[in-house]
Amino acid sequence: MHNRGTGILKSRQIVIMALIATATMVFGYSAPARAASTVTISFSQWWEPELPAGALRSIIDTFEKQNSGIKVKLVSGPYSATKAQTIAGAATGTMSDVVGLDGAWVSDLAKQGALGSLDTALTRVKFPMSQLAGKIKVGTTTYMIPVVNYIYPLFTNDDLLKKAGVSSAPKTRTEFAAAAKAVSGLGGNVSGWVIPLSQTNPNGIQNDIMSLVWASGGSMLKSGKPNLTGNAEVKSVLTFVKGMWDAGSITPGAFTLAEPDKVTEFTNGRAGMMIDSLSHITQIKTATPNLNFSIHALPKADAYSGKGGIPYASWGIGVSKASKYPVQSAKLLAYLMSTPVNTKLADLGNAFPGNTKSVPTWVSKDPMFKTAFTIYQSGYPANEFTGLPKAEDLMLQFDIPFQKYLSGKLTIDAMLAEAQTAWLKNFKK
Amino acid sequence: MAVVTNVMKPGRRIWRTLEPFLYLSPTIALLLILMVVPVGMVIQYSFLDNVIMNEFPKFVGLENYFTVIRDPIFQIAVKNTIYFTTGSVIAHLILGLSFAILLNSQLLGRYTRSIFRLIYILPWIFTVAIIAILWRMILDPVGVLNYWLIKLGFIESGVEWLASPKTALITVTVINIWAGYPFYMMSLLAGIQGISKDLYEAATVDGASWRQSFFNITLPQLKPIIISMSVLDIIWTSQQFAMVWMTTGGGPITSTQMIGIYTYQQAFGRYEFSLASTSAVLLLIFSVILSTIYGRIQSRQD
Repeated sequence: MHNRGTGILKSRQIVIMALIATATMVFGYSAPARAASTVTISFSQWWEPELPAGALRSIIDTFEKQNSGIKVKLVSGPYSATKAQTIAGAATGTMSDVVGLDGAWVSDLAKQGALGSLDTALTRVKFPMSQLAGKIKVGTTTYMIPVVNYIYPLFTNDDLLKKAGVSSAPKTRTEFAAAAKAVSGLGGNVSGWVIPLSQTNPNGIQNDIMSLVWASGGSMLKSGKPNLTGNAEVKSVLTFVKGMWDAGSITPGAFTLAEPDKVTEFTNGRAGMMIDSLSHITQIKTATPNLNFSIHALPKADAYSGKGGIPYASWGIGVSKASKYPVQSAKLLAYLMSTPVNTKLADLGNAFPGNTKSVPTWVSKDPMFKTAFTIYQSGYPANEFTGLPKAEDLMLQFDIPFQKYLSGKLTIDAMLAEAQTAWLKNFKK
Repeated sequence: MAVVTNVMKPGRRIWRTLEPFLYLSPTIALLLILMVVPVGMVIQYSFLDNVIMNEFPKFVGLENYFTVIRDPIFQIAVKNTIYFTTGSVIAHLILGLSFAILLNSQLLGRYTRSIFRLIYILPWIFTVAIIAILWRMILDPVGVLNYWLIKLGFIESGVEWLASPKTALITVTVINIWAGYPFYMMSLLAGIQGISKDLYEAATVDGASWRQSFFNITLPQLKPIIISMSVLDIIWTSQQFAMVWMTTGGGPITSTQMIGIYTYQQAFGRYEFSLASTSAVLLLIFSVILSTIYGRIQSRQD
């Protein structure tokens, strides 16, 4: 009789090894051993790629030296990737301990229960709350603090304006439309005004369209709720933009143009004017040192003479509610908001600090930056999308009917009604 | 004569039964963790009122399915996806077969054929991000395509290929066709090279023309490959997201809205993870039906 004992035994050994291999693969992840006294917290943001190389890491390295026992892992990526990563992380409980935030995300992340209270966090480390220039709350709890603020002034290509016979930057909408038309008349792939209406990241509605409403003291809300239908200021801006669209003053391809494309068009000298973030000044100067451009306040409605709202975007910060290291996370927060560090961050990005005691030094470095500071002081920061529910979806639900209106598929009233109906759905939930 | 039977102990019998599955356990574990569990969770989510944003989701039955199917944007997405998929699959087949026949031609030398094979396969090598960036630059209103069309007198001013509701859908379809034909080409080339030359010789002896040989020998011989490729291509193309998202984002207006983009926007724009799951499950059902058809065709061929 064939003795199969050895064969079975060998087979059993192989099977046991396969089981062990499977178990190791499934359960065998082991975190690297760390010293009991050292804690590593993660900080997700899109700032590192947008600041000078190594700048953010250097700031964090200083924090680590001042706080032995805390290591900070920077999780950096583009803005849109950070948003998706933050939402996914919140859903799976793997969100970074400290998160870079945009005001448009706060309401939904707070409702999701993903963000911790910053009132608690900063009180825990005894940070003087009076130094905070702003707090983004949902209800009565602060979930985001703007670390630095970038205003969105009007950028003008002064060579193109001069060539088109425009002697000074437009201050009113009539002047703006005339300047854009004149620049477009130069031909050769040059347009007067570039706006990004892409649906992948529809913040063009916030920064480029609604900003014109806020610049003339208008509002898209009433008592915190959508107020689009019958809104004279919004209607006035949209009609104004349509006029420029029909006159051919706006860069073609706007429906699929994103913010980086807008900056590229301007940097390459194909657009006379754009509304854009101060954070891109360095990028433009580096890419095209010979580009002669300047910044100005946004054009106001012809009859408006009051103070104008200035659109802004914040690099905000928050903490994960599920973080295992709330104290260490709060210390990082306090560090980034401390006067010297906040001033440094503001200087690195040509932004306005989130700490009231910080005075950015960049405002005196360059006449352009001085102008930016003057613009900042002459108006008030305005961004009504901050803190609204599903803010980016609100921008998208405005963008789609707005594109229909520009294409002639909808009247202005029908367009506003469609957007209002879509917006109200987000406010009901 | 005594009959010796090999009577197994019960423990050994169980072991022998389990043995093959234990060998398969690493693969089973991977399939469970990476496929079965996530798919199961998504299907579960589609029957709840909202997950992730809602700490205590409630079971709502088929309500999400009715909401999604009745959503005008979803209906537009389905219509666009059908157009996009049908156009892509048919064009992939025609182009792939044409290039495969060209590459099989004996009129060219071996090295020339190798060079052309490399050139024709290039679109398949690029990643989706590169394809999207490349075509956005080519199709820009001030891009190279419009430049040559104006220079040659075909148009008077630049066309907004990706930004006009009239041209956006057909444009992304063309980009997808360009990106996907090499897969057909290589598979059909392998199939053509596997057809016995005796059949063509016999046809030539019988006086058959090139067209007759093609329709009566080449196509029937390639039929199994064509059907397999087509079914797979329909499944892949109907799930297309990245290329369309990076070129048009579903716009302008809703002209390039696809089921994949609708699903993404529900999840990451509206935080409606249950509706996103529902949309994904509807696409899964479609893919399963097609996969079943594909499996049946394969087993019939075997």
